[in-house]
Amino acid sequence: MKKILLFLALLISAVTFSQEEIKKDTLKTVTVETSKKGLKKSISGTANTTLVTSKELLKAACCNLAESFETNPSIDVNFSDALTGTKQIKMLGLTSPYIMITEENIPSVRGASQAYGLSFTPGTWVESIQITKGAGSVVNGYESISGQINTELIKPLKDIPFYLNAYGSTDSRFELNTHFNKKISDDWSTSLFVHGNARVSKNDMNDDGFLDNPLGKQFNIINRWQYACAETGWVSFINFRYMNDQKQTGQLDFDPDRDRLTTNYWGSEINTERLDFSSKVGYVFKDMPYQSIGFQNAFSNHNQQSYFGLNQYDIKQQSYYSNLIFNSIINNTKHKFATGLNFTYDKYSEFVNLFDVSRIDNSVGAFFEYTYDDNDKFSYILGGRFDYHNRLGAFFTPRLHVKYNPWEKSVLRFSAGRGKRAANIFAENQNLFASSRTFQVLDTNGKVYGLDPEIAWNYGISFTQNFKLFGMNADTTIDFYRTDFQNQAVVDVMNSPQEVLFYNLKGKSYANSLQLDFNLEIIKHLNLRTAYKYYDISTDYLSGSYQRPLQAKHRFFANMEYATHIVDHGRQWKFDYTVNWLGKQQLPNTRTNAAADRFPEFSPSFAVMNAQITRTFSSTFEMYVGGENIGNYRQDKAILGADNPFGTNFDTSIIYAPVFGQMYYAGLRFKIK
Amino acid sequence: MKNIFLGMMLLFVTLSTQAQDKKNKNAKYNIEVNGNCEQCKKRIEKAAYSVSGVKSAEWHIDDHILHLIINEEKCSIIDVKKAIAKVGHDTDEVKSTDEVYEKLHSCCKYERK
Repeated sequence: MKKILLFLALLISAVTFSQEEIKKDTLKTVTVETSKKGLKKSISGTANTTLVTSKELLKAACCNLAESFETNPSIDVNFSDALTGTKQIKMLGLTSPYIMITEENIPSVRGASQAYGLSFTPGTWVESIQITKGAGSVVNGYESISGQINTELIKPLKDIPFYLNAYGSTDSRFELNTHFNKKISDDWSTSLFVHGNARVSKNDMNDDGFLDNPLGKQFNIINRWQYACAETGWVSFINFRYMNDQKQTGQLDFDPDRDRLTTNYWGSEINTERLDFSSKVGYVFKDMPYQSIGFQNAFSNHNQQSYFGLNQYDIKQQSYYSNLIFNSIINNTKHKFATGLNFTYDKYSEFVNLFDVSRIDNSVGAFFEYTYDDNDKFSYILGGRFDYHNRLGAFFTPRLHVKYNPWEKSVLRFSAGRGKRAANIFAENQNLFASSRTFQVLDTNGKVYGLDPEIAWNYGISFTQNFKLFGMNADTTIDFYRTDFQNQAVVDVMNSPQEVLFYNLKGKSYANSLQLDFNLEIIKHLNLRTAYKYYDISTDYLSGSYQRPLQAKHRFFANMEYATHIVDHGRQWKFDYTVNWLGKQQLPNTRTNAAADRFPEFSPSFAVMNAQITRTFSSTFEMYVGGENIGNYRQDKAILGADNPFGTNFDTSIIYAPVFGQMYYAGLRFKIK
Repeated sequence: MKNIFLGMMLLFVTLSTQAQDKKNKNAKYNIEVNGNCEQCKKRIEKAAYSVSGVKSAEWHIDDHILHLIINEEKCSIIDVKKAIAKVGHDTDEVKSTDEVYEKLHSCCKYERK
């Protein structure tokens, strides 16, 4: 309660502050801005990349990176489970471990941070996001299989002196973001971003005796330094970052001090502490703007201590990543290349119910990527890398992207590539600890928890046509991607509701994804974005071949945005509405449970709607209100065996729809320019 | 010992020859090229790149300036201007023939000076 009051007080003070600001602003010149697009799909780029600009990120609450894809059809955002409250993302129907997620081109969400990593980057820190479908670039590594998501944070050189964002929602979650920026000299700038969020009260909308979303608090701070000297050609970034995240969930009466690791009440705590340090140094050769050399180094220390009922899971990852890259041309800028070396070192101290599964991974690799661009219709990127990894062995990773513009305003793209990775089966599937399932790894000969590395090929083809419909801009895209697994660390929840099995793929596993997009500017300032997605993701399990559980075969997406003309001092209204329809989803096998603790084989189909209204009062102050799941669709039964959490049928991991019903939020953004 | 000596000699000789002709491998030129549109841009840049030694060529529609980086050991700026005139675009020193100019697409027919 005290925290809510504090929050309110802060809100009010910010409002009064901004009013003064408006008065002072009246004499400022009016700048005319053309309407920028939130999602940019280039027809000249070689790879199938969508750029998500900061404008797009303001269309939804976007508290963190995991939530910033809600208005984007290329990425599916799952519903947060009751346990972690974290939203998982999927691309081409494959979960985030198969996506290369980088922050300013340094791999960020990987290993121990796989499950919650996206919620460790606050949304306000983000400048833009590039989403590449299909095989990624070889420059960043060999792990990407279904795509690549790169996040660029706000650059200290371009930042504004002060930014404040406050947010509160009806599920009692509060957030406060403050940014400070200072130009130290002509060449040096620094930014300090401080983020805090908390969920302060217990919610149980479905009366099952369990919290619908976890109590939690996160403190996150980053200090960035940017150096750029145009005369000498040297540029540099230095980042220091610290994050502390605490979550508590389980039964309403669970008291961690009293009930931790007992059967009094079922409860769970997940505490994560993370320290990051990264640096980049780049040099652009004098008189040769096309030639540069860059050196990146990143060190991180990630420490998660957690328990889920009686299951304990602790993982610590110390990681070092280094990348040296040289960019230049062959004869002229039609022929570009990038080449360099990578080094990674990961030390995992991992304990599953006190059973030690710690390991050390390291790899060293060299890459070469050639880009041909005829500056007209045709371009391609051909890349290859060779790596030696202590567990994955020595291997070659080829990748190819081709672009061709067959006629005006159209683009045809093709991509193919191979990816290889070590599956961190426990970290990636830790939501399954919150169940009575026993974990069993059936293979013993492999080098990663007894399993072999995952290897997959991804192929894709995409066609986009821009055109005029009734005199207004429209575009349509058709994408088809296929991922073929040569080996997969299969996560089997189809065999029995009391166990989860991990084993090397025996037979076939593939993911086909087809996406049809149609976007139209209906009238000036009114834009419609629609997408239909078809996923055929099938794996041969021990008990037979099934569609991937918790994945809808058919999905439909629509987003409508409307903005009024910007009038004096930047006053504007913005409206945004998103609807997601999901067809039936294969559910994990619960047939052998008692009738009350069973799910049907497939989930029902349903739709979820989100909306947001933003009022910009001036170029420095705006407020927004929004709602998520306005239709109030809820999964009937969120937790199996909720009445007997230490019994054999207990399972919190089967979440196919929102658990929490309607949620409304409000927030404000204030800037000093 | 002999090898080192030979190597030193070679290094010395190559260095001194390079110093002698003083031709810039990354010479920057910004020249005005007359043109109109996106199509002109493609045509001008394509013509520039057809000259061996042109490393980078970027024409801007707004100010009609072609930003060039050329290797002067392989070509000179006049070669580039000639190549551009050949496809229909005038520069200060080299003008296109009327015949080629007339063949340009209607939207590309810039006002000749």
